[in-house]
Amino acid sequence: MRLAEGTPGARILAFGGYQPTRVVTNDELAQTVETTDEWIRSRVGIASRRIAGPDETVTDMAVAAGGKALAASGLGPSDIDLVIVATCTPEAPIPNVAASVATRLGIVAPGAFDLNAACAGFCYALGTAADAVRAGTSRHVLVIGAEKLSQWVDWTDRSTCIIFADGAGAAVVGPVPEGEGPGIGPVVWGSDGAMADKIYIKDRDSFIVQEGQAVFRWATTALHPVAKKACERAGVDPSELAAFVPHQANLRIIEAIARKIGAPQALVATDIIHSGNTSSASIPLALSAMIERGEVGSGSAVLLLGFGAGISYAAQVITVP
Amino acid sequence: MAMTDQEILEGLGEIVDEVAGVPADQVTPDKSFVDDLDIDSLSMVEIAVAAQDKFGVEIPDDELKNLKTVQDVVNYVHKAEVSA
Repeated sequence: MRLAEGTPGARILAFGGYQPTRVVTNDELAQTVETTDEWIRSRVGIASRRIAGPDETVTDMAVAAGGKALAASGLGPSDIDLVIVATCTPEAPIPNVAASVATRLGIVAPGAFDLNAACAGFCYALGTAADAVRAGTSRHVLVIGAEKLSQWVDWTDRSTCIIFADGAGAAVVGPVPEGEGPGIGPVVWGSDGAMADKIYIKDRDSFIVQEGQAVFRWATTALHPVAKKACERAGVDPSELAAFVPHQANLRIIEAIARKIGAPQALVATDIIHSGNTSSASIPLALSAMIERGEVGSGSAVLLLGFGAGISYAAQVITVP
Repeated sequence: MAMTDQEILEGLGEIVDEVAGVPADQVTPDKSFVDDLDIDSLSMVEIAVAAQDKFGVEIPDDELKNLKTVQDVVNYVHKAEVSA
């Protein structure tokens, strides 16, 4: 037996994001549930969110984001040999989303699978893609986080319907050119099934349930060490980070973690304000928007941190393409 | 050695100031966190976490709903300290 010929490192070649066109404001929600714009802004930091149309699927959104990332990478469909879709809201258990996305993008016969690590999904998928490239089992990987959380939300439950939203974000991962350093640092990932009852959907007829205080306590106390460890393993000091892009769960969680990682100079992603919580899509959506606006330059180091149901979490440092 | 109620109150005042920006001198025993100090359920979690660091007393989420006033927290910390 022999192994595939690997490469010294992987990098991200391009990002892409897609959001549904429909904007739902806090005032609109206040017409159907007892809440106010001020209450929502102060508790979760959201001003508006994007919600998919009734016929718009997770696959549709994944295709839109994946297509943008692929176009921006300069590669063609035939260059991609693996498609990973991180999602916890697929239309059905089978078929998976990834194979359909690949076919619709003209990617013929790639490895294709869905990955569920809830809101940590994108970082898990990115870590898996980087390892596949490094091991030589894949050359170029299309990594997508795509969610339609609106279909799993009880729109009469004011504690959850104000938070969750829809969207997709994608990245193309490939090998690092000879002589250059890696562009994706080692992933630091973990989970704790003892907290499985803190965020869950009981069955196919149920909606998302979240124990807000328990999740808040965990997120604001347990995750900054994970983020710091990802920096340490990548050999990047927090003071060298251009940006910190955590999962867009709640603005107060984002700010609490950001204060604790020791990177006051880093721009902190706050895409949640106008996008809501889009689970596995939130990190690539936020980062692709920051890159589009020119807020983080090519070659700069950015810390990603995903966390959510499971509970599960993952972090890594990446270099902006 | 266990802290006096006054020491706990002062420590709690510092925490509330830090977490919610409420001046420590306003954190008096009869104040309600929600009604008087405008502190919401998430800030209460932050106060509980900070109290654990400061007093070494764990305040679980289940207990938070019972701690309505500043005096309630002082009593809880005092009791937990004595029984520790």
